[in-house]
Amino acid sequence: MRPRIYLSRDAGSLALGADEVETAILAAGRQRGLDIEIVHTGSRGLFWLEPMIEVPTSAGRIAYGPVRATDVGAMFDAGLLDGGPHASRLGRPEEIPFLKRQTRLTFARCGIVDRLSLDDYRAHGGFRGLEQAIAIGPEATVETIVESGLRGRGGAGFPTGIKWRTVAQASAARKYIVCNADEGDSGTFADRMIMEGDPFVLIEGMTIAGLAVGADKGFVYIRSEYPHAIDVLARAIAIARRANCLGKGVLGSRYDFDLEIRVGAGAYVCGEETSLLESIEGKRGVVRAKPPLPAHKGLFGLPTAVNNLVSLASVPVILADGAAAYRDLGLGRSRGTMPIQLAGNVRHRGLFEAAFGMTLGELVDDIGAGTASGRPIRAVQVGGPLGAYFPRALFDTPFDYEAFAARNGLIGHGGVVVFDDTVDMARQARFAMEFCAIESCGKCTPCRIGSTRGVEVIDRILRGEKRAENHALLTDLCETMRLGSLCALGGFVPYPVTSSLTYFPEDFGLPAPFASAAD
Amino acid sequence: MPEFEVWNEQRGNEVIAAFVQEEGAALPMLHALQQTFGYIPRAAVPMVASALNVSRAEVHGIVSFYHDFREAPPGTHVLKLCRAEACQSMGGDAIATAAIAELQIGWSETTPDGRITLEPVFCLGLCACAPAAMLDDKVVGALDTARLSALLENVRQA
Ligand SMILES: Cc1cc2nc3c(=O)[nH]c(=O)nc-3n(C[C@H](O)[C@H](O)[C@H](O)COP(=O)(O)O)c2cc1C
Ligand code: SF4
Ligand code: FES
Repeated sequence: MRPRIYLSRDAGSLALGADEVETAILAAGRQRGLDIEIVHTGSRGLFWLEPMIEVPTSAGRIAYGPVRATDVGAMFDAGLLDGGPHASRLGRPEEIPFLKRQTRLTFARCGIVDRLSLDDYRAHGGFRGLEQAIAIGPEATVETIVESGLRGRGGAGFPTGIKWRTVAQASAARKYIVCNADEGDSGTFADRMIMEGDPFVLIEGMTIAGLAVGADKGFVYIRSEYPHAIDVLARAIAIARRANCLGKGVLGSRYDFDLEIRVGAGAYVCGEETSLLESIEGKRGVVRAKPPLPAHKGLFGLPTAVNNLVSLASVPVILADGAAAYRDLGLGRSRGTMPIQLAGNVRHRGLFEAAFGMTLGELVDDIGAGTASGRPIRAVQVGGPLGAYFPRALFDTPFDYEAFAARNGLIGHGGVVVFDDTVDMARQARFAMEFCAIESCGKCTPCRIGSTRGVEVIDRILRGEKRAENHALLTDLCETMRLGSLCALGGFVPYPVTSSLTYFPEDFGLPAPFASAAD
Repeated sequence: MPEFEVWNEQRGNEVIAAFVQEEGAALPMLHALQQTFGYIPRAAVPMVASALNVSRAEVHGIVSFYHDFREAPPGTHVLKLCRAEACQSMGGDAIATAAIAELQIGWSETTPDGRITLEPVFCLGLCACAPAAMLDDKVVGALDTARLSALLENVRQA
């Protein structure tokens, strides 16, 4: 057998030099007369250790990382192929605490399997979910998802099973499944990692969704900023078609299902489901008023289940292992696991899939091991550009939809962005407004105009012009945007602004609330 | 490095024709035009409009709504710097300032020698490898000013 090395070709690994490492491995192998087989995987999600490689040994896989291309020759000389010593040797990846402490269900295969091998996919439990769905039929499939407690991982947290039931009960000549892979939130990359590391799980999840609601066609709307994901998923779809995992009579059943990729064009608002549908239809991504719900009148006016990619990729394991196994994990009304993405200025940055319920403090201090810069953490933004900035005083908040909402925050798509004490929170608040102004679809005045006013008012506060009055004005403006916006872009952008003002007033040159109460 | 063709109507028609049968063809069509020519040539707008059976104003509205579509040809290379929060937390603003100083152009501008266009991008999904950028189709993470200079130097010499 050819000596084998597993190497992640996740875009994150490539950004840190995986290509150069691959070239170095092949060259080092040639020099030693070895015909090395490189298996392309996705990433395990430990990005501070990328580029990471793994070699199979009698004691299981042994990982190395971060690997530098210039080290590869020496690693070979030290017996790399047998798991030999090197400063970058990490031992068995499963034993690395960051991985060991996870509950990997949705990401069970990511970083482990050859991402484009159906055999590997099957050998690691692939298609058990779809086989189960075929065996129990559409209604029982929908009910399994209802019972699992799965809620939408795109941000709004709507129960997936209930959405599917609505689409299943709608009668129409045609229905659609739409996968939302627009993943525009800063700090998030879970959708991307699945597409690049385990694309068949998305294909399987969408096929199950199609079977469940009676749709034979699906679209995956991927943001254009993800060329690698688009490429890998397109290849996976072609492979699945050839193997009859997509197309007429999938896996020999009586169900038909096929998929098409659509590429976005750099508009954040197109992650909003109705804007996304407009975009697939070939229009400007202007948000539609609801009702009608997409479940009744969605793509091309037909009943459509729009789901986030992680929601869909979590479906196969739920069908395979049963609703109870999933529902038994979690906290309150947040059931199952969430792929939490630790990003920005944090030492252990990457993907951490865990049952709901860990506190924000555990995530950033313990799992994340503090900042990458080594300075104290000052603020953490959870849930993307519309998420609140939390100070250390709120680090006891458990990762749970309701707990974050109760503190005027949101978990969104699970992005956690850490900032150290050099952050200027007034600048972050200004950026939130500026981003909203750039990305507004233009339909409602509070969002379109209010965001630009918001930038101006913050600038005035920072210049010291009538601070108290402009502070009041900004608070009012946030309230107007919150109440008068059609979608969460204008409606939630007050979260990062108001939280910055509330918890970090000194950055705006405003008195701390307690101090002002005292004098 | 992407090789773009110079606009010509016949080629434009070919590109457009490949998509007319598709449902909701506008975005795939415009992406294909931009991939071929590097931007959406003004002359292509009425052609797209008639292929899709919509007004020119509508096509123009679509082109201007989406940040990706350029209305002028880009430089030989395009450097997209991430401006979003995770990259900000790792010093992305300083990288941006350095790029602007080194290239002496603003956002969405091209150097006078036509070599580099500098574009902002809001998240590349490389937030655990911040600050991040994309140079043509190559992703770059853990940027610092030294790596940025090296990248720009390579492009200047290529
Ligand atoms: C401005 C805006 C941007 C959004 N971006 C995304 C996104 O990138 N990905 C996503 O899945 N949902 C996004 N959403 C939420 C979607 O509208 C929708 O709730 C989701 O796709 C439904 O799927 P789920 O129930 O599986 O989460 C966004 C919403 C808004 C208002
Ligand atoms: S809140 Fe903003 S983005 Fe949302 S519909 Fe209104 S204008 Fe469009
Ligand atoms: S915020 Fe820069 S890559 Fe995500």
